[in-house]
Amino acid sequence: MIVYLNGKAYEAFPGEQVLQVALRNNVYIPHLCFHEKTGKAAKCRACVVEIEGMPGLKTSCNVPVTNEMRVTTNSQQVLEAQRLVIDLILSSGQHDCLSCEQNGNCELQDAAYYLGIKKPSFQLYDNDYTIDDSSEFISVDRSRCINCGRCIVGCNQTVVNEVLNWGNRGFDTKIVFDTDLPMGSSTCVQCGECVQLCPVGCIIDKRSIGSGRTWELDKVETICPYCGVGCRLEVHVDRKHDKIVRITGVEDAPTNNGMLCVKGRYGFDFVQSSERITTPLIKENGKFREAGWEEAIGLVASKFNAIKKEFGSDSIVGLASAKVTNEENFVFQKLLRKEVGTNNVDHCARL
Amino acid sequence: MKFYRSHILIGIDDASLAAGVKEIEALLRNELQKNNLSDEINILETGTLGHFGTGVSMLVYPEQVTYVNLKKEDIFEIVEEHFLKGRPLQRLILDRSLTQNYDFNYKRRIVLSNSGVIDPENIDEYLGAGGYEAWEKALTTMKPNELVDEVKASGLKGRGGAGFPAGLKWSFTAPIVADQKYVVVNADEGEPGTFKDRLIMEGDPHKLLEGVMLCAYAIGASKAYIYIRGEYKLCIHRLEIAIAAAREYGILGNNIFGSGFDLDIFIKVGAGAYVCGEETALIESMEGNRGTPRSKPPFPGVAGAWQKPTVVNNVETLANIPAIIKNGAKWFAAHGVDGSTGTKVYTIMGDVNLPGLCEVDMGTSLRTIIQQYAGGMIEGRTFKAALVGGAAGVFLNDTLLDVHMDYNSLREYAAVLGSGAILVMSDTVDMVDMLWSVLRFFRHESCGKCNPCSKGTALLFKLIDGIRKGKGKDSDLEQLIKVSNGMQKTSFCALGQSPCMPIASAINNFRQDFLTRINVK
Ligand SMILES: Cc1cc2nc3c(=O)[nH]c(=O)nc-3n(C[C@H](O)[C@H](O)[C@H](O)COP(=O)(O)O)c2cc1C
Ligand code: SF4
Ligand code: SF4
Repeated sequence: MIVYLNGKAYEAFPGEQVLQVALRNNVYIPHLCFHEKTGKAAKCRACVVEIEGMPGLKTSCNVPVTNEMRVTTNSQQVLEAQRLVIDLILSSGQHDCLSCEQNGNCELQDAAYYLGIKKPSFQLYDNDYTIDDSSEFISVDRSRCINCGRCIVGCNQTVVNEVLNWGNRGFDTKIVFDTDLPMGSSTCVQCGECVQLCPVGCIIDKRSIGSGRTWELDKVETICPYCGVGCRLEVHVDRKHDKIVRITGVEDAPTNNGMLCVKGRYGFDFVQSSERITTPLIKENGKFREAGWEEAIGLVASKFNAIKKEFGSDSIVGLASAKVTNEENFVFQKLLRKEVGTNNVDHCARL
Repeated sequence: MKFYRSHILIGIDDASLAAGVKEIEALLRNELQKNNLSDEINILETGTLGHFGTGVSMLVYPEQVTYVNLKKEDIFEIVEEHFLKGRPLQRLILDRSLTQNYDFNYKRRIVLSNSGVIDPENIDEYLGAGGYEAWEKALTTMKPNELVDEVKASGLKGRGGAGFPAGLKWSFTAPIVADQKYVVVNADEGEPGTFKDRLIMEGDPHKLLEGVMLCAYAIGASKAYIYIRGEYKLCIHRLEIAIAAAREYGILGNNIFGSGFDLDIFIKVGAGAYVCGEETALIESMEGNRGTPRSKPPFPGVAGAWQKPTVVNNVETLANIPAIIKNGAKWFAAHGVDGSTGTKVYTIMGDVNLPGLCEVDMGTSLRTIIQQYAGGMIEGRTFKAALVGGAAGVFLNDTLLDVHMDYNSLREYAAVLGSGAILVMSDTVDMVDMLWSVLRFFRHESCGKCNPCSKGTALLFKLIDGIRKGKGKDSDLEQLIKVSNGMQKTSFCALGQSPCMPIASAINNFRQDFLTRINVK
């Protein structure tokens, strides 16, 4: 079907909302609470547009397209309304971009830039929230929160950890962990889904603070090394210092849909650790020495062979790690059954 | 049947309970007994007698004398003078001259026809007053769609504030095939200054139940919920008694009157948030979630409580239904005016002689309501403004005193009937203070779901607070109007869309009050 955005025709598909068609075609409409994963919420109210035949303004995130629909996203009325919404948000928190981690990767900044808002017109912020950095890996600065609710939907409906929710009402509405506990004392498992979904600099990776501006980092896509699920992730690398700054999940990855666990998202310090073992080590006289792969594997094989000869095949047990893939597990059991000659093979995930 | 020469109706409502009505009633019984009058004079508890600020009051028949502001020590004198000597005690009688139309008004009452007349805790009295005849008529002689058509033809519009035609609303839900449908009664009554639903439920709970039953039958719902605010303890108590009695009489339950129709009614107690009167927030709250509105569509009529088709109606709306079904749409439409049929219950407060409630025909002028039903302005004060429709209403000035109170006439002045609250202000009232308290209310009641309202109401309050403290600027007035208009365009629900109405009407009709505050430095 065809939808007209500001007079220009675009192709649209049944089930799509107006905002989705616009974004897919690079027609920007300010929006904060909408995210493909958490869906339409129609609560930030930034995405209002005019739609012919409908009274007043409509939030484009929750109006399904119909054929020949005519939408105006840039009239005086629309822009003024959007400006008020964004202005009120900017007036209600500490949205100072200078030292914000998300500077350059912030949906509120994008909206303000598009609408040409230089500074907030009002000063409504008087809640003196302190930063909650009680959690090991995540920092929460509620003065930057825009109450979009994406983190809450993510926590409850995507990863289903059910930690985050709303507290208080009206102007004092805020995100809370469990019964308004510090994040570190809550039942949070630090999967970081909220960090991934937060459109601004409210919930951020604590360990990455101050380690590089968003636009200076190279994004490298790879697979998580921790387990067989094989989540796709993006490693944000500071090339100048050859350093990993943070890891995020890839949103359109069929394996993980942007989700990661605490290890995948935050357990990356081992990569560049000075204590990381990078070659095989052989212990001689109580001391390790570096060795090559041929030598190390040869040594293990000869020892196994000797044990097998003396005590029989069933004296050997193979226990596979959850870190390896299905294919590797298959090869491993084959090694045990065929080369060692035992059925003593199991997997740590079963213990 | 026993014959009594006099009946005393004692109004039991939250206000009279607070004034110690129970003790006074006990004393009265005691005194009558002492004087051997117990067999001659009957004491009945009833709902409100419709006057406010009158403490403990009672109505004596057949003399039709209303005593007000009764204290314990007055009882001895009343028994002595009135019941023994037959001389009503003038000192304590409500001044009738203030309410010339009182008795006439009684005859035209629909919703309040039994309030203050029957004992609300006794189902037999409701039956004796013709109650449940409509229910029997519907179940035994009418098809559900005939009920819908009758209500449509009556022209009844929702009395909860939005004024949506009730029959039309039912007609959306009735044809939907679903394994479960619901009727939900909106008894949250959060609009400031509105207490009509409370008095309807306190005075005549069975009338509401009968309305609910008729609605349930019309749309095919087998369960109904009354979502009622927790502060309404007496209503809850009386509704519980009424529901239990209806179940006992087989008026509720399975296979009612052998018709094969099943229905039960349950009470859900709310925690008291204005926004939970908004129908979708009400449903969320009823389901046990945070009380914030849902996106519409889908409307509750299609996917409401637990995602099932649900008709949400206000208490007063439903209390009109029994009379419509019993007497027909034509009879009902003979009340009121074109486009606004029936009567309306108003709660009138402020600088009037007789604050309280009245039920009058739609289209009655504001002047008539104030003069004839509220006893006029307090001695020595002149009318300045009326806030009609509660916080989400409009400030009218004296040029609009003769406006007819009905949907169409009010719309011409960008005003609304709303919930029927009328706050009358005399020239002693400063509109800055009034608007300040309205905007404080909105700030307090914003649910926080959407940005324009949660942050906008905070801004509006900050602006008016500045003006009130003498720190305002001329531009603040334009800012108030501009921001509230923007909120009207962008807010998620009608709460955030409403402040523009009191703001624009207060500033436009009473600008001088604001300029005076701004220029006092
Ligand atoms: C903020 C807000 C508060 C409301 N409060 C009430 C209320 O207390 N009682 C009520 O009946 N309707 C209230 N309404 C209106 C309801 O949403 C709904 O329109 C009404 O219950 C429908 O019933 P009716 O058609 O019989 O009037 C409120 C609406 C809003 C937006
Ligand atoms: S923390 Fe971030 S994602 Fe959560 S509500 Fe606030 S702005 Fe939205
Ligand atoms: S307009 Fe106000 S009350 Fe309504 S959803 Fe928005 S914040 Fe909540």
